[in-house]
Amino acid sequence: MKKSGENLSLCYQCLKCTAGCPTAAYMDIRPNNIIRMIQMGMKKEVLGSSAIWFCVYCQTCGTRCPNEIHIGVLMDALREMAIEEGIPAKEKNIHLFHEAFIQSVRRGGRAHEVTMLMDYIFRSRDLMKDSLFPGVKLFLKGKFPLLPSFIKGRDEIKRIFEKCTKEK
Amino acid sequence: MRFSYYPGCTDHSSSLEYGLSTHEVFKTLGVELVEIEDWNCCGAAATHSLNRLLSLCLPARNISKAQSAQAGPLVVPCAGCFSYMKRTEYVLKNDEAGRKEIEEIVGFKYEPSLEILALMDVILNRIGLEKVQEKVKKPLKGLKPACYYGCALVRHPKITQLDDPENPQYLDRVMKALGAEPVEWSYKTDCCGADLAMTYSDVVKKLVGRIVSMAKEAGAQCIVTSCGLCQMNLEMRQDMGLPIFYFTELMGVAFDVEKKENWWKKHLISPKPLLDSLGR
Repeated sequence: MKKSGENLSLCYQCLKCTAGCPTAAYMDIRPNNIIRMIQMGMKKEVLGSSAIWFCVYCQTCGTRCPNEIHIGVLMDALREMAIEEGIPAKEKNIHLFHEAFIQSVRRGGRAHEVTMLMDYIFRSRDLMKDSLFPGVKLFLKGKFPLLPSFIKGRDEIKRIFEKCTKEK
Repeated sequence: MRFSYYPGCTDHSSSLEYGLSTHEVFKTLGVELVEIEDWNCCGAAATHSLNRLLSLCLPARNISKAQSAQAGPLVVPCAGCFSYMKRTEYVLKNDEAGRKEIEEIVGFKYEPSLEILALMDVILNRIGLEKVQEKVKKPLKGLKPACYYGCALVRHPKITQLDDPENPQYLDRVMKALGAEPVEWSYKTDCCGADLAMTYSDVVKKLVGRIVSMAKEAGAQCIVTSCGLCQMNLEMRQDMGLPIFYFTELMGVAFDVEKKENWWKKHLISPKPLLDSLGR
């Protein structure tokens, strides 16, 4: 609660967050219940939930909350806490995909789809069979360049990454 | 009139046709876009999911580049990049301790005078629809698009400060200025599922399916968007054959610019039959 900067004690369970959430149907704990469980101190259950990984930060909840609780920001903070405390992500592949994306930016300063996806497939052993065919089509249309573009300021990026990971 | 321009990573990849059409349209409007030097990835959805501080610092480096370029307000075409830039700007403007930390890590001094604007905001409120209408050679008469804003442009409204979060009108107004008749529908700002497409494609198929079928039910012949990820998801994860345009592409059609064929080749669902049926 402190980490996210959100005042969760204002929540009166109106359920607007869960009603508007595009991925609530796939979560093990619904957003309104996440807030209630934090109020009750159920840290382990919350940090080990799939809910914190299914949130796509669309911010529908935070925009509609009558008490201005920014639940997307809360979900970010919960994911970060789970990683810091070494709690394995219940949705491992979602975590690995984010990780592969960030590593791609760390390497070249910009995201590069081909190396990022290969990194993800290697880490997760998820062959992405639903995305393979359309992905190849996009590749053939020249939309996924084979080689990454490296920026000149890679040292600056490296320094930013080091400082942002060290200070946590 | 000139602006600093942040293309974003997908400008060279999955949303090539967005960048190409944006440049053509701005050339026609006589507005210069100056690409900021050696820009980096904004961090996108992945970074804020795992590391808040990093997700604030990556956009900050681009903001510092735009400051030193002194080429006017910073324009960001991709809705996602725009929202992450605005998120960093919000912290830089409203949280003194946060600003100092970001400035120290990135190594720059923030100038609050730099404006960060979405592409459609520039077209609507800086260039103006009168100027847009002056350039229309072939009005989009008979075209019924569904304007899809997605999440990033309008949420959180305190941060993006762009249009209404439940029933936005910016894109609709641009489409009307081009002569099109945008449909009324309720899924303008419903989420497409974003990068869950990579790990849970079945979830995204359901979300996209609902958006596309609702657009069809409202009588739309196509969907218009301004987000690279939305456009890719809407094209890739539907089976109804509804064309998905970037709004700049339809501006290009109305302005009758050259090289449009190169944009259509990049689409998974060809918009050619629709454009042919309208005589465009």
